[in-house]
Amino acid sequence: MAQFVATIRVRPKAEVRDPQGESVAGALRALGFEVADVRTGKEIVVRFSASDEGAARDAARTMGDQLLANPVIEDYEVSLGGPAGTPAR
Amino acid sequence: MTVAILLYPGTWSERDFAHAFSLLGIEHEIVWHADADLRRFDAAVIPGGFSYGDHLRAGAIAKLSPATRELQRAAAEGMPILGSCNGFQILCEAGLLPGALVRNTHLEFRCDWVRMRVESEDTPFTAGLGGEILRMPIAHGEGNWVADPETLARVESAGQVVVRYVDERGAATPEANPNGSTANIAGIRNEAGNVLGLMPHPERCVEDLLGGTDGRKMLAGLGATESARLLRI
Repeated sequence: MAQFVATIRVRPKAEVRDPQGESVAGALRALGFEVADVRTGKEIVVRFSASDEGAARDAARTMGDQLLANPVIEDYEVSLGGPAGTPAR
Repeated sequence: MTVAILLYPGTWSERDFAHAFSLLGIEHEIVWHADADLRRFDAAVIPGGFSYGDHLRAGAIAKLSPATRELQRAAAEGMPILGSCNGFQILCEAGLLPGALVRNTHLEFRCDWVRMRVESEDTPFTAGLGGEILRMPIAHGEGNWVADPETLARVESAGQVVVRYVDERGAATPEANPNGSTANIAGIRNEAGNVLGLMPHPERCVEDLLGGTDGRKMLAGLGATESARLLRI
């Protein structure tokens, strides 16, 4: 088994309102920036082991589908790093 | 009739439900989620709270409990299931109800009283209450129900909107909506009608001391279900 690092970025779907993003946009405007809009999300970094890169990518997608994102309201993307020490792809 | 009141780590309203059912003379038992065997119960309640600290998303981790499989089986067999507040969020995360609950549009945690109109009598909890305006407390930061346009249209046309936030005159205005929920939706049911999720807390308005008694009308429905069953026998 090799070590991998998956970075899963979860964000609200384009058609779902993001009140947190709207609030941040207002705060950035208060700082003087001409901000059109802001979308917030979260980044989840998972260190785990898998037999090879394909299995690691499959596992990361399964994590996203089953728990890390709610497909009703969120999209997510995975970038995979590793085996440990090699750059993210 | 014995009602299972599911307890997850972080649930905070299970004793309120137990108290409410005691007042109504309905047998009940608080059941730890991981041990939940619903076969010996006639109905189930998922109370409010912050299961697993609301980490990741409200209800996201609770849906992985063994209780979810039990709830899915019991729901398919027609068991009355009520989820309030975090219980509603768990039912949506577990796929037992459509849509999802996201952050209130104003970003505030709202602890208040709301009015809602009963728009579907096709649940064990609202039979005979059609058109009534109920007054109940809310306490949540993520009660804004959302769904894609197709799901919303289906839920509306199938009469699955059970309660909708309204003002004292019965109008579903933006001012009467405490969290920005789509179409002022406060609670929905599944297609069969035995599963109801809503953000307000019926268990917290069951005696005058608490400021209202409308919760009794909804929870007493479980006793009525039992009566109907006995009459059929």
